[in-house]
Amino acid sequence: MQELIKVTIDGREVEIPEGSPVLQAARAAGVDIPTLCFMEGINEIGACRVCLVELEGGRGLQAACVLPATPGMTVRTNTPAVRKARKMNVELLLSNHPSTCLTCARNTNCELQKLAHDLGVTMIPWVGEKSDWPLDLSNPALFRDPNKCILCRRCMAVCHAVQGVGVLSTVARGFETVVSPDANRPLGQAACVFCGQCSAVCPTGAITEVDAIEPVFSAIGAGKHVVVQVAPAVRVAIGEEFGLPRGAITAGQMVTGLRMLGFSAVFDTALAADLTILEEAHELMQRITQGKVLPLITSCSPGWVKFAEHYFPEFIPHLSSCKSPQQMMAALIKTYYAERVVKLAAGQIFSVSVMPCTAKKYEAARSEMGYDGNQDLDAVLTTRELARMFRMAGIDLPKLPPSDFDAPLGLSTGAGVIFGASGGVMEAALRTAYEWIAKEPLEQLDFVHVRGMAGVREATVDIPRLGTIKVAVVSGLANARDLLARIKAGESYHFIEIMGCPSGCLGGGGQPRTRREEAGEAKQARQSSIYAIDKGQKLRKSHDNPALKKLYEVYLGEIGGEKAHHLLHTSYTARGRFPWKKH
Amino acid sequence: MNLFRSHVLVCAGAGCVSSGCLATEEALVDEIAKLGLDREIKVIETGCIGTCDLGPVLVVYPEGIFYRNVTADDAREVANEHLLKGRIVQRLLYRDPLTSQIVQTYGEMEFFSRQLRIALRNTGVINPEVIEEYIARDGYEALACALTTMSGEQVIATIKESGLRGRGGAGFPTGLKWQFTAQAHSDVKYVVCNADEGDPGAFMDRSILEGDPHAVIEAMAIAGYAVGASAGYVYVRAEYPLAVKRLQHAINQARDYGFIGDNIFGTGFRFDLEIRVGAGAFVCGEETALIASIEGRRGEPRPRPPYPAAKGLWGKPTLLNNVETFANICPIILHGAQWYARIGTEKSKGTKVFAVAGNINNTGLVEVPMGMTLRQLVFDVCGGIPGGKEFKAAQAGGPSGGF
Repeated sequence: MQELIKVTIDGREVEIPEGSPVLQAARAAGVDIPTLCFMEGINEIGACRVCLVELEGGRGLQAACVLPATPGMTVRTNTPAVRKARKMNVELLLSNHPSTCLTCARNTNCELQKLAHDLGVTMIPWVGEKSDWPLDLSNPALFRDPNKCILCRRCMAVCHAVQGVGVLSTVARGFETVVSPDANRPLGQAACVFCGQCSAVCPTGAITEVDAIEPVFSAIGAGKHVVVQVAPAVRVAIGEEFGLPRGAITAGQMVTGLRMLGFSAVFDTALAADLTILEEAHELMQRITQGKVLPLITSCSPGWVKFAEHYFPEFIPHLSSCKSPQQMMAALIKTYYAERVVKLAAGQIFSVSVMPCTAKKYEAARSEMGYDGNQDLDAVLTTRELARMFRMAGIDLPKLPPSDFDAPLGLSTGAGVIFGASGGVMEAALRTAYEWIAKEPLEQLDFVHVRGMAGVREATVDIPRLGTIKVAVVSGLANARDLLARIKAGESYHFIEIMGCPSGCLGGGGQPRTRREEAGEAKQARQSSIYAIDKGQKLRKSHDNPALKKLYEVYLGEIGGEKAHHLLHTSYTARGRFPWKKH
Repeated sequence: MNLFRSHVLVCAGAGCVSSGCLATEEALVDEIAKLGLDREIKVIETGCIGTCDLGPVLVVYPEGIFYRNVTADDAREVANEHLLKGRIVQRLLYRDPLTSQIVQTYGEMEFFSRQLRIALRNTGVINPEVIEEYIARDGYEALACALTTMSGEQVIATIKESGLRGRGGAGFPTGLKWQFTAQAHSDVKYVVCNADEGDPGAFMDRSILEGDPHAVIEAMAIAGYAVGASAGYVYVRAEYPLAVKRLQHAINQARDYGFIGDNIFGTGFRFDLEIRVGAGAFVCGEETALIASIEGRRGEPRPRPPYPAAKGLWGKPTLLNNVETFANICPIILHGAQWYARIGTEKSKGTKVFAVAGNINNTGLVEVPMGMTLRQLVFDVCGGIPGGKEFKAAQAGGPSGGF
């Protein structure tokens, strides 16, 4: 425990642990010093200079984010010199920033824009050279406009430190400096996993998801049969975009809103999550009983799957062959739903998903995810994009009456819903595997050891008739890297859940943006809500889902059977660390 | 051992190399051989003598005759006239810019006589590629002295007492920096020499590395002993190929002689060093950026604290000093802190090397005691303004210096 020391911020004395940055001391004193580049623990570089403060007895102005507090320190955060310097630094940033705020994807939620406003920037007095970088339109998930980049390095910090991917780095020097993917190539050629964490932390519009709103509105407008599926994590996050408290559960309102947007049917990806559990629990049991490759590792997270394909191809045999819930649902919509329910040709259906994720846009575009040269899924929207569509349509989500998802692909169990939280797939799979193997009802449904916010969680589970199985739950790809290294070093598990984003889908790259200091709180609230939904369900085990029982009966045949394999399973490709190189 | 009746020093600092000294030297050696004098006269390639606008430059010992602007043909003439017949070639002598009088010898030239050369003690005097010449000038004696007669604390106390301050520009007390690094707890520590001299017009560090590389190697080993480091790096900018070449050569020689490596002087002390060549970024002269660059990362400064003394190269306590700072260490160890502290001003002890350029009679490299006025430097040492013109202004720090 560090010693507490007293420092004076703007005449107010506060106590903080010695060595913590002045920024923190100021926040304790109720002074919110602005920051741009700062990310606690991973990007403490003092680069943007908007957090400048005056230190009594110190030379010049100092960056509060990296200035360690010392006993008796006296800091002033609101002097003419401080205000002038902060403002000028933002003006200088703006002098090489496109003045296209009104048409920018980040208009009204851009940190740079807010800062300029807060600091009273009314004009940009500096005229100089302007960057002219080509736009990066190389991939279906993430769009980069380096002209809007302010070189804060937050994307790099997340990519390297949190995700252990590290495809973004600064290239060249001085005014030419640009944050660029590997070997200065477009992102689509790099070993990027499209998790979108960079887009979640970018303060400006330099990295955003590729916009899928227009194609969706066009399809609806053209009178096509447009169906939509919504992932579990969306329903506990989208409310934030409409001023509701964090974690507000808006599943019912969201369904109503989607119908108002003009979707012909609104399905629940959680049903496909239940389906995933049936197929994956079956696969796990087979692998265990037949002595096949273990540990089995989940494949629901397309960011994680791509990460494995690029960086750990030796683990591809460990990946579950199950498609992700999104793609299982998509496959069912263009087959079962098309043939049996609406009796349309697959090509007549326009299939949309709403995901907390940017990598899902990439997953939907993978060549395995289609039929006859067409893709199973026609458009993927992020939570943020759906919120924008609601706003475009004047739909005030909180005021809507709730309604239910549509049959036959709208009924899910609590097990399917908790997919949205890190640990959820594991817990759902355990509920099913336990009852299938032990052939007795599971008394305690809550596997609390696999829940939580820690990046790596491990547990052992005793299953009668089988023995003890060892499982691990990992979220965030840097954590995955560590775990895989441990497995290579000899540690053994039966089953591992890996989610690409920290805290899983709740913290996905496509979720509503939160102030960085509040990101943890937001994820916590979303998580509580997910488990609350589960707790409130009558059906909490995937194999109890009556809609699925019927689906197997009338269409899929057996769990793990031939038809199921054809529609619900997939394969993976080793892609290499430098994918542009010919092997 | 062969005894020579005369030594001819040929300045081979980068400035003289640019003005053609290698051709001059080749002609000189060739002519000496033709005249059959090669067993009597030895030609020695030295580092920068300092008179850069007079190059190529020859100094003929034992008289110390100073020839300037010596072409290849001139060199043959010097061999025939001076070295064979003993007749000094008048037309190649130096004229004092103020009095227009001929000045025959190196020692009589005010440019040299008014200097006090500590960091440059061997530069322009010895052949930097021959370790024996360095040893003959007390080389590696300071290291032996420190390792066998002093404790690390005593070394640091001596440096502190000398009043030496960092020559990289910030002027931080060197002994204090050594002390901080020594006091940092770690099993591994590093000594790093900053030779990323980047300011336009500055070539103090380059001249030392080119002219007396062992002075830096020896000082780094002493520093390693004092702070508890056994590995060092010299970070040299890539634009200094000759410095890199001579330094690498010197490191190899020092290693062969056992002055660096394992069990130095039989004391069990181990120290070795490597060169890291920069990639052309000016900012890598900043210590934290330099460290990042050595580590193979993008050379960018990071906020301090932590200072390198606490957390430097690969997160380990690191002593980082400039070339010229290191070049002052051995004389301090050999002659004592008091000797050094007597030179200079109250707050700035010792001497400072300056690279002087511009509209001035003697441009080049000079080393003078701290406290000398700019006027003395310009007029007394460097011979004033050409054509007796009035002095207008001098920019300290060169083009990138501050106003």
